[in-house]
Amino acid sequence: MRSKLPPYTTPTERIWHYLFRFICGLIFLFLIFPILVIVPLSFNSVPFFTFTQEMLTFDPAGYSLRWYEDFFTNLNWRGAVNNSFIIAIFSTLIATGLGTLAALGLSRRNVPYRTTLMAILISPMIVPLIISACGMFFFYSRVNLQGTHLGVILAHAALGTPFVVITVTATLVGFDRSLIRAANGLGADGVTTFFKIVVPLILPGVISGALFAFITSFDEVVVILFVGSFEQRTIPWQMFSGIREHISPTILAVATLLVLVSIALLSTIEMLRRRTERLRGVRS
Amino acid sequence: MANATATSSEPITTADGTPLKISLARALRRDKIKSLALVAPLFFFIGLTFLFPIGDMLWRGIEDPIVSSYLPRTAEQLDKWDAVSGELPDESTYEALVADIKVGAKDKLITRVGKRLNYELPGMNSLFRKSQRNIPRIEEGPYKEAVIKVDKRWGNVETWQLIKTFSPTLTTGYFWAALDLQVTPAGEVQFQDEKKRIYLQLFWRTLYLSGLITLMTLILGYPVAYLLATLPLRSSNVLLMLVLLPFWTSLLVRTTSWIALLQREGVINDILVGIGLIDTENRLSMIHNATGTVIAMTHILLPFMILPLYSVMKTIPNSYMRAAVSLGAHPFHAFFKVYAPNTVPGIGAGGILVFILAIGYYITPALVGGTSGTFISNFIAYHVSVSLNWGLAAALGIILLGLVLVLYILYDRIVGIDNMKLG
Repeated sequence: MRSKLPPYTTPTERIWHYLFRFICGLIFLFLIFPILVIVPLSFNSVPFFTFTQEMLTFDPAGYSLRWYEDFFTNLNWRGAVNNSFIIAIFSTLIATGLGTLAALGLSRRNVPYRTTLMAILISPMIVPLIISACGMFFFYSRVNLQGTHLGVILAHAALGTPFVVITVTATLVGFDRSLIRAANGLGADGVTTFFKIVVPLILPGVISGALFAFITSFDEVVVILFVGSFEQRTIPWQMFSGIREHISPTILAVATLLVLVSIALLSTIEMLRRRTERLRGVRS
Repeated sequence: MANATATSSEPITTADGTPLKISLARALRRDKIKSLALVAPLFFFIGLTFLFPIGDMLWRGIEDPIVSSYLPRTAEQLDKWDAVSGELPDESTYEALVADIKVGAKDKLITRVGKRLNYELPGMNSLFRKSQRNIPRIEEGPYKEAVIKVDKRWGNVETWQLIKTFSPTLTTGYFWAALDLQVTPAGEVQFQDEKKRIYLQLFWRTLYLSGLITLMTLILGYPVAYLLATLPLRSSNVLLMLVLLPFWTSLLVRTTSWIALLQREGVINDILVGIGLIDTENRLSMIHNATGTVIAMTHILLPFMILPLYSVMKTIPNSYMRAAVSLGAHPFHAFFKVYAPNTVPGIGAGGILVFILAIGYYITPALVGGTSGTFISNFIAYHVSVSLNWGLAAALGIILLGLVLVLYILYDRIVGIDNMKLG
C-alpha cells in the first residue's frame, strides 16, 4: 500500500501526501465503521444499543449470545428467514430466466428500437421505489395478489430483472460471434451451440446478475411493506417493524448475520468479475 | 452463379431465383423478429407486473369519478348553473340531489362523496353522513326547502360551488393541491391559506436535502476515488472492497447502525460524554431530524458516488499531472487546471445518480428522519396507507416521477444507459 515517494519531493509535498492519506483513512473509517460497530454491540448482555461499562472493560459478563438465541428460537424471525429465502429464490429464477433471454435478444445485431426497449426494461431500477410500491399495491389488490407469496415474488422479480439485463448485456459486449458461426460450420445445431458455446461464456454474467437479483429481493423493504402482509414477512420487513415499534438488540444480531451474507455475496461477485476479466485478457 | 454476368438492368437473384434484395430483406426481417421474440417475454412481464400498475396508479392523479358517479343527476344539473352568480341552484338541482341520494343511500355510498370533498373543505364528511340518513325521507317537493331543512349548509353557495368544481370526471385538482394551490369557483388558481401550505415546502426540502447529500458524497467521495485511481491496482483493489462492502450491505442494516450510533443514548453521544466534551444533559440530538437523514443517507449513497468517479479517474493517465508540474505548474494549480476538468463526467454521473436515488428515498427518512427530515416519498406513503387520499398521492407521485425522469434523461446524455456499470 505504501508507494515510495520519489526522492525529489519537497517537505510540503510530503506533508500534503500524508495528510491526504490521513483524510482518506478517515473517510474509509466513516464508510466501514457503522457496519463494524454493530458486530460487538450485538453481543451485548443488556438491551441497550450502546457499549456498556462491562463491555469496555472486556468483562465477560458484559457479553452474551442472548440476542442470537432470541433470533434462532423466535418463530417470527424463523418465518421471516424462510419467507426471505423462498421469495428471493423464486423471484431470482424468474428474473434470471427472462432477463438473460432479453439480454441475448438485445445484443443481437439489427434490434429495432433498441434504446427504447432497454429504457423500458431497466425502468424498475429508475422509478423511485415508493412509486413502484404504491402502484403495485393498488393493482395487486385488485387482482387478489396483494398479501400472497406469488404477488411478492412477481413484484421482486420485476425489480430484479434490470440487473440481470445489464450484467448479461455487459458480458455479451465482448462476445465473439464468430464462435457461433464456427460451431454451426462444424455441424452443431442451434440448441447445441447455445448450451455448449454461448452458455459457458456468458455464465459469469448470468450468475452475477442472478446474485444482484437475489440481493435486491433479499434486502427489499419498500415493496414488501405494501404488497406483502404479515404472512409474507421477510427479514427486512421484520427489521423495519422492529425498528418502528420496540427496538431490541435482536435486530443488531440479525444485522451482523446479514453483514456476513453480504461479505459472502461480495466475494462471489468479485471472483466472477476477475474471472471474466482474465478470460478477456484484461490485466488484473 | 449463372447471374455473374448479369447486366445492371437484370436484378441479381439467389439460387432459388428470388431477387437478392428481397431475399436479404427477408433474412434481415427474420433476424429482427427473432431478436424481438427473445425480448418479448420480459417486455410483457415488465409491462404487466410493473408498468401497467404504475400507470394505473398515476391515472388516479387525474381521475376523479366520485362526484360524477354517485351524484350523476346533480352533476348534470349543476353544469347549467352559474357558480359565480352568488345565487343558489334552482329547484330542479335539489330534486336531482334528492334522487341521487335516494339511490346511493341504499348501499351507503353517499358518504364516499363526503369523504372525497372533505379533503377540500373539512365538514363535508359530516354533511353527507347526515344527508344520507335524512334526505331519503323527503317524499315530495318543494325539495329546495326540505333539503335545506335537513342541513342548512345545503343553503350555502360554497357547498354547491365545491360540488360543481369536483363534478368533472377528469380533474387537475389533485395537482393543484400537490402544489399548495387551489381552484376558486370562478376557475382562478390561487395559493392555499398560509397554514395549509405543506407540499411546496416539502418538495423544496426534498430537493434541498438531496442536494446537500449529493454535495456531501462528492466532498467525501472525490478524495477516495482519487486515491483508488492513483494507487497501484493491487492495493486499490483491496481498498475498493471497503467501498463495495457498504454497497452490498442491506440498507436496513446500515440504517439500524446509524440509529445505534446517533441516538441520544447511542455510541457517539456516549463517547462525547465520556471524554467530557458535552455533559449528560446536553446530549446532541442527531437523529429523528434532518441531520440524521443527511448523515445516514450520505453514508448509504457514498459508494454510488465513488464508483462512477473511480471509473472515470482510472482512465486519466498519471502523466498529465506530471507533465503539468514539470512545465512549472504548482501541483494544486495542475490539479485544478488539468486533472479536475477531466473528472467532470464522473462528477456528473455520480452526482445525478446520487441525486436521483436520494429524492426517491423512503426507508431511511422514515426511520431516522423524524418530522424535519422526511421526504416527499414519506407523504406519498402516508396518503396511500393512512389518509387514503389516493388522488393526491398519485399527483405527488407523478411530480416526483417527472423530476426523476428529467434527471434520468440528463444522466443518459452524460453517461448513456448502456454504460451503466454495477459493482
